[in-house]
Amino acid sequence: MSLHVLTGKGGTGKTTVAAAMAVALAAPGRRVLLVEVEGRQGISQVLDVAPLGTEERTVTAGLAGGEVTGLSVEPSAAFVEYLRRFYRIGGSATGGLLRRAGVVEFATTVAPGVRDVLLTGKVYDEVRRYDEVVLDAPPTGRIGRFLDVSRHLADLARVGPVHRHARVVRDLLHSPATRVHVVTTLEPMPVQETTEALAELRESGLPLGSVVVNRVRSLQDAAVLIDGLPTEALVARELAAARLDPALASSLLAGGREAIARWEQEHTLGAEVAGLGRPVLHLDEMAEGIGPGEVHALAHQLREQGWGG
Amino acid sequence: MGRVIRLEDLEVLVCCGAGGVGKTTTAAALGVHAAAHGRRVVVLTVDPARRLTQALGLPGLGHEPRPVSGVGGAGGGSLDASVLDMRQTFDDVVRAHAPEGTAHRVLDNPVYQTLSTSFAGTQEYMAMERLGQLRDEAAATGRWDLIIVDTPPSRTALDFLDAPRRLGAFLDGRLARTLARPARMGGSVLEATLGRLVGRGLLADVRAFVSATDTVFVGFRDRAEATAGRLRQPGTAFLVVATPERDALREASYFVQRLHEDALPLGGVVVNRVVLGTGELSAGRAEAAAEQVSDPVVAALLRVHADRADTARRQQRLVRAFRSGRPGLASVQVAERPDVVDLPGLAGLAEDVLAPG
Ligand SMILES: Nc1ncnc2c1ncn2[C@@H]1O[C@H](COP(=O)(O)OP(=O)(O)OP(=O)(O)O)[C@@H](O)[C@H]1O
Ligand SMILES: Nc1ncnc2c1ncn2[C@@H]1O[C@H](COP(=O)(O)OP(=O)(O)O)[C@@H](O)[C@H]1O
Ligand SMILES: [Mg+2]
Ligand SMILES: [Mg+2]
Repeated sequence: MSLHVLTGKGGTGKTTVAAAMAVALAAPGRRVLLVEVEGRQGISQVLDVAPLGTEERTVTAGLAGGEVTGLSVEPSAAFVEYLRRFYRIGGSATGGLLRRAGVVEFATTVAPGVRDVLLTGKVYDEVRRYDEVVLDAPPTGRIGRFLDVSRHLADLARVGPVHRHARVVRDLLHSPATRVHVVTTLEPMPVQETTEALAELRESGLPLGSVVVNRVRSLQDAAVLIDGLPTEALVARELAAARLDPALASSLLAGGREAIARWEQEHTLGAEVAGLGRPVLHLDEMAEGIGPGEVHALAHQLREQGWGG
Repeated sequence: MGRVIRLEDLEVLVCCGAGGVGKTTTAAALGVHAAAHGRRVVVLTVDPARRLTQALGLPGLGHEPRPVSGVGGAGGGSLDASVLDMRQTFDDVVRAHAPEGTAHRVLDNPVYQTLSTSFAGTQEYMAMERLGQLRDEAAATGRWDLIIVDTPPSRTALDFLDAPRRLGAFLDGRLARTLARPARMGGSVLEATLGRLVGRGLLADVRAFVSATDTVFVGFRDRAEATAGRLRQPGTAFLVVATPERDALREASYFVQRLHEDALPLGGVVVNRVVLGTGELSAGRAEAAAEQVSDPVVAALLRVHADRADTARRQQRLVRAFRSGRPGLASVQVAERPDVVDLPGLAGLAEDVLAPG
């Protein structure tokens, strides 16, 4: 049983990478769960399947056979389940009553940390039932608070079943069975947030995993250009020789300058990421966008880099 | 197609869209442009990139609007910039509405402290509230004649428009009443359950918060509705920003639809960070030529071009599909630029936004 937690700046590819990791891990006899906690239906969009509910369902096959199960954890369902389990307050009637009174809304959105305790608690239950759980977690700005349930424990019941449960959840999240991976792209803001998130997670004593650099473009051609661009006259001559309009030279050179600038930026940011002291994984930009086929291709790239073996 | 907006006609402009598409950059760029054309502008940004605050020459940008130097000048224009500070804005609301001498009871309450920074939707609501504050100040002092507001990076467009109602619904207090009067039917079960789940101390804080805020929040929702209502007045426009990617355009579609349903004035859609200007040489021909030329650097230039042309083709396919479903919607494409790092770069971006579509 192990837990892979994916965070990163919004839009960098947390959901995509979480799905790829789940696919890379699944194999015959190795049960893998891919779970999301924000009700965004990101998993079903990425894998192109019907929206996920609170019931587990097979969402795709694993790279080496087997299958990936998907689940969307929802705080109010988790809350009602909690009540049933710990207080034997049963049945949908109770859920309805609590909902009408606004209690579920209160406990799941307003009460400090309760929502996160419920969500991580539910994830913990799942981790015990699967060999591998991959969690599409909240973005960098909220990840520390989300995972650091232990800090909220003091505010909660000091005794009783909830207290005990929250403590085992905290122990799991701080154990070697857990890995927190940060997804980034080679742009300034995502890298900055990655640096900040790693520092925060380290501070909380949460076990760090890899930094995943997502959407890597081939810069082979740009690398040829960095030693200096040819003159416009030379480019024009070569274009004419290839029976192309020599007037295109200036636009080609402008494109070249842009490629160099991007190369330099990615080079600097890549070095910054390499200096963060975590293993780095690279995933290619998929030109046609993301669907189940691309997720499998990305899973393959993870395996080629020795991840999840 | 028409322009997405004409700044001359506007007093308030709201930039919205998915996270990372360039809302904040666009808002700042339009501010720079308008100031250069004689407007007295204030831009409210949310989470600006470090590079942007550097471009504005205001590394320590905060809640209070501060003048950006090097814009405006002869035409009498000016640009002030600020960053949304949720906590500060919320505190101002409390101070404005709390009865004499009771504000501190709210401000010191731990539940308020959590609510004011982490309730889902607070940031969205506070962006609107802050717009109301800036509007009041503009009306009272004449300091600004154009307010440009950036919005929080909510991936789902709906958050931004729904947040005031959701926050209002909570503060308005069905639950508040349940908690204040635990003896109601079912109250004992709720009370016991909640108490055991979240701790009695917290429950007591909630109760204190609810009673202390009763008066404060009477005016709260009215204010939210008034702010939203004013967005429908002439002189206001929304600008939806997207990038030429499937998800961002899908998000833009939701937004366009939602603004329409709510009768909010949509200026148009800005498709930002588009690869433009590759049309004269197709990817295929560039690839083929790269095989022919003798100079390896020129070959690399041709392959770089082929890549860009390929990206451009895919982007245009997405943009066409997006536009074809919405005839009559004004939209404009803005180039991916290497230079949004200084004021001239921002001004250039604004020119693109304001060009006839
Ligand atoms: N390797 C890749 N190649 C091409 N496109 C990608 C890649 N990874 C992600 N994307 C695209 O980037 C966008 C954001 O990806 P995704 O939804 O996985 O990010 P996220 O971090 O989960 O976002 P959010 O913060 O909104 O949850 C999507 O349009 C996705 O298709
Ligand atoms: N037209 C553009 N060309 C190049 N980079 C851009 C352009 N527009 C925005 N950016 C860059 O994209 C990043 C995200 O922009 P930002 O305005 O912060 O997005 P948002 O406010 O929507 O989250 C910033 O680094 C910004 O410099
Ligand atoms: Mg996601
Ligand atoms: Mg922004």
